[in-house]
Amino acid sequence: MRVLYFAWVRQKVGIAEEDVAPPAEVRDVATLVAWLAARSPGHAAAFADPKQLRAAVNQDFATPDHPVAANDEVAFFPPVTGG
Amino acid sequence: MAKVLVQQAPFDAGAETAALTAGRTDVGGVASFLGVCRSDDGLDAMVLEHYPGMTERAIERIAAEAEGRWPLTGCTVIHRVGRILPGEPIVLVLTASSHRAAALESCAFLIDWLKTRAPFWKREEFAGGTERWVEARAEDDAAAARW
Repeated sequence: MRVLYFAWVRQKVGIAEEDVAPPAEVRDVATLVAWLAARSPGHAAAFADPKQLRAAVNQDFATPDHPVAANDEVAFFPPVTGG
Repeated sequence: MAKVLVQQAPFDAGAETAALTAGRTDVGGVASFLGVCRSDDGLDAMVLEHYPGMTERAIERIAAEAEGRWPLTGCTVIHRVGRILPGEPIVLVLTASSHRAAALESCAFLIDWLKTRAPFWKREEFAGGTERWVEARAEDDAAAARW
């Protein structure tokens, strides 16, 4: 699974992307967040308040209950501020 | 099919507008929104980050939604990324239609939805080296929800 980080989420995690192999109990965006948060202090800081985060699975916005699988591209970022 | 570009380079709003009427006589009006970088609180520059691939797809979907709701003869969305200085354009939305209401309404719709549904993030750089990420505004969500 490829995980991408953008904006201050990227800055807190310290990397822009990583390949991860989460265990079987990671089935959706919410359980992936909990698992990623335990990877490093940077991850923990980035995921400290999941309400501040938005996610995309395979480049579509996704809610916390959206399923995730081994070959997915999952991205985490703050609410968007373009325009 | 809308023209959608995400690019670092500046764009030529006049040339883009002319392209929507070139060679055709069914266009009754072209509406435009040009977003420009403001210098609030001593801002030195705005740095725009995006999610390559998803951003273009998200804008194309929003444009397709506009084309489904209004009878457009043309639509152009160009959004810049990277470092942008105060006074420089950030985003251009153009909509062309046979009648003005469709052009004006779809243009407002496009920029409202783009602000809340396309993955861009703005970081403000200030004199002295401080920086801050722009936070999403509830007013923008409300503006998008009215459509």
